[in-house]
Amino acid sequence: MPTGIRDKVVILGMGCSKFGERWESDAPDLMVEAYAEAVADAGIETKQIDAAWLATAIEEQHVGKSAVPLATALRLPFIPVTRVENFCASGTEAFRGAVYAVASGAADIALALGVEKLKDTGYGGLPQRGRGVFNNMTWPNLSAPGLFAQLAAAYRAKHGKPLEDLKRAMAHISVKSHDNAARNPKAHLRNKITIDAVLKAPTVAEPLGLYDCCGVSDGAACAIVTTPDIARSLGKRDLIGVKALQLSVSNGLEAQYNSWDGSHFVTTRIAAERAYKEAGVRSPRDDIDLLEVHDCFSITELVTMEDLHISREGGAIADVLDGFYDAAGKVPCQIDGGLKCFGHPIGASGLRMLYELYLQMLGRAGERQRKELPRVGLTHNLGGYPHQNVCSIAIVGHHGA
Amino acid sequence: MSYGILAAGAYIPRLRLSRRSIVDANAWLNPALKSQAKGERAMCNWDEDSLTMAVEAARDTLAGRGRADVAALHLCSTTFPFLDRLNAGVVARALDLADDVSALDVAATQRAATSALRTALDARTSTLIVAAENRRAKAGSSSEISSGDGAAAILLGDGEPIARPLGRATATADFVDHYRSMEQPFDYQWEERWIRDAGYMEIVPAVIGRCLAQAGVAAADVAHFCMPAAVSRVAPAVAKAAGIPETAVRDGLGGQCGDTGAAHPLVLLVAALEDAKPGDRILVVGFGQGADAILFECTAPFEAAPGHLGVRGHLARRCEELNYSKLLAFGDLVEIERGMRAEADKLTPLSALWRHRDAVTSFKGGRCTACGTLQFPKSRICVNPNCNALDTQEPHAFADKVGRMNSYTADRLTYSPDPPACYGMVQFEGGGRWMMDFTDLEPDQLEVGRAMRMVFRIKDVDAQRGFRRYFWKAAPVTPA
Repeated sequence: MPTGIRDKVVILGMGCSKFGERWESDAPDLMVEAYAEAVADAGIETKQIDAAWLATAIEEQHVGKSAVPLATALRLPFIPVTRVENFCASGTEAFRGAVYAVASGAADIALALGVEKLKDTGYGGLPQRGRGVFNNMTWPNLSAPGLFAQLAAAYRAKHGKPLEDLKRAMAHISVKSHDNAARNPKAHLRNKITIDAVLKAPTVAEPLGLYDCCGVSDGAACAIVTTPDIARSLGKRDLIGVKALQLSVSNGLEAQYNSWDGSHFVTTRIAAERAYKEAGVRSPRDDIDLLEVHDCFSITELVTMEDLHISREGGAIADVLDGFYDAAGKVPCQIDGGLKCFGHPIGASGLRMLYELYLQMLGRAGERQRKELPRVGLTHNLGGYPHQNVCSIAIVGHHGA
Repeated sequence: MSYGILAAGAYIPRLRLSRRSIVDANAWLNPALKSQAKGERAMCNWDEDSLTMAVEAARDTLAGRGRADVAALHLCSTTFPFLDRLNAGVVARALDLADDVSALDVAATQRAATSALRTALDARTSTLIVAAENRRAKAGSSSEISSGDGAAAILLGDGEPIARPLGRATATADFVDHYRSMEQPFDYQWEERWIRDAGYMEIVPAVIGRCLAQAGVAAADVAHFCMPAAVSRVAPAVAKAAGIPETAVRDGLGGQCGDTGAAHPLVLLVAALEDAKPGDRILVVGFGQGADAILFECTAPFEAAPGHLGVRGHLARRCEELNYSKLLAFGDLVEIERGMRAEADKLTPLSALWRHRDAVTSFKGGRCTACGTLQFPKSRICVNPNCNALDTQEPHAFADKVGRMNSYTADRLTYSPDPPACYGMVQFEGGGRWMMDFTDLEPDQLEVGRAMRMVFRIKDVDAQRGFRRYFWKAAPVTPA
């Protein structure tokens, strides 16, 4: 049995650009914006970084291939730099690379940076792109909302929930994220909305309306990690450490084998169980203080609450409507606005989630700061589609907690 | 055992455009169109064309019977999507016919199908003759109103025929009643009165006479006279001139379907076979730069195999369309704003299409010989997590299976020529599932558990390179 990553690596510094429609900025501008904050927070110089990882998912839309764009933007001194891509889990993958490098002893200080510059397409939503030779010949001309919308059909069929109840819970999720983002100056969408506006919005993909879908944004986020000892030697006191890093990747079971009913994420359930074990979390509903999950669509957030074993199966609608996941609830989810409103520059998203947990745990989250400092938090990325995806989960918390 | 028609089938698209909608849009330009405002015309969905209709007509014909003994496939149309790519080759692959099938495209005349039928009767081999037409006419033209889209098929061979051939005759004459050319993509037609008097009346009765003489059958004994004619009242006039009783002249299906061009002689023949009693003589005539006449005798009542709809069943399976704009849009007759998402590059590597021909064109997956799990596509390692055996899969056909909707959406974001794009997970009994397009579906038919049949359709079009891509889609199982 592997011993896992728990308490071997801590976060030295973090940064995050303003997310949104950054018409004036190229991807390198966004990278530097996130990095400048992170490196200042870490209190180091660029030459102290031993290795770096760059996450971008739709690189053909902005920087192109390889890690050269990161090395060039930050003027990294010819160190090892690697580009990773794993759908929307790319940011967490970059973090995993940096954390593992430190844990292995290959690097003392490592950097992970995620960036996406998506608003050069000329239209809303994600850029059109190929899905691979065979899929291009056989798949529908599918969109992300069209695929995630199917969770709703299968979830309702499985749990016998009326469409109205599900729609109301989904609307609550979106209203909550808009409320939270209104208190976040770096968020893309900071307007408050009403349940009524959500329910009356134009349909994007049945049953998802406009407000059930997250924004497509430009942005970057960055983490610098090191060992607890080095962090202390650099004068850091309150250390936020990595408790678990897990990844689960579909192997065709959901897409091709008839055991999956389409109502949940097979990968999330597996990654969550492994992550809780690695972090020593016994009762997630009681032990996790803060959640940042992949709310690409309201329905995704809803079923993910069950897949993470916070809500019982079939119980997410009730928990959501009870306010359990609201900013003032028992376990706030998307206290920064989430993908929905902070925004979703794909490669940056996983790191943006960690950025929020880091700020909240250190009491630096400003207007949206949770009163009681969270001790343990979880981030969750879901890349791809319900029927074939990549799920990454990170658990972070106060070092030694 | 004797040689004759072993089976017959058809395909008429489900969409029926109200002729009133065409006339209402165009009568300002040509008030004479008002006389054609009655009934409806069959209209291809955006994802249908001559090839997809040919495949469905062939499947209708072959319902309940094996395909291994089909030695030849003659595909007849004047609206083939490909000018230089064997269209019959696509149909043969979609039908999963044997590799040594003799496949032939027969084109360029309204009598392509009767000529193919005549030639096949000469050869006396097991031949599947399929005729399909996706009519394309200028907006506001009379022929836009009188046309219809459709297909029909006849299987000839040795066995227990439902009809046997009695005689046939032909004549060739370069009589140009209309034409379409490299320079002229729409029909250019001459005056109807001239076509009737100098064309049909001069050419057809003589050919019928020779056909009946060869068969030794009196004209008065013809019970079903099948002759499409775009010009009105021509069929009864020809019948009269040939001595065929007026009561034998079959309805041209103008009111329900429209004239399906090169497919229409077979459409009318199949409709006649569905009605004929043993002993009935059926005369089918094709006209176009000459004429063919072929006489059959019905030898057994038509028995529909499960899944067969024929002409009658397909005509009954209809969905009224009142929006004339869709005819213009689907036929690419107007420049429609399709949005930037439609610009996505649809390049198909032809080498990959060839490599995946079983999966993509025939819709074949795999069956694991170790655990029995069906799966799509066929793969090296079995998808069953309790098996995962290596190299154990044999090809397994999914095209004729009924699947069930496992999840669904109606997507208004993604590009579709007919939004919303409806798709979802379709799951097959015994194993196998795939995220598939739905087609020919009403919004209220989106429902977990709904039974879906597989249909061969245009998946999308690579507009940049002029290449249509075909794959299978799921359509609701037609109520019996």
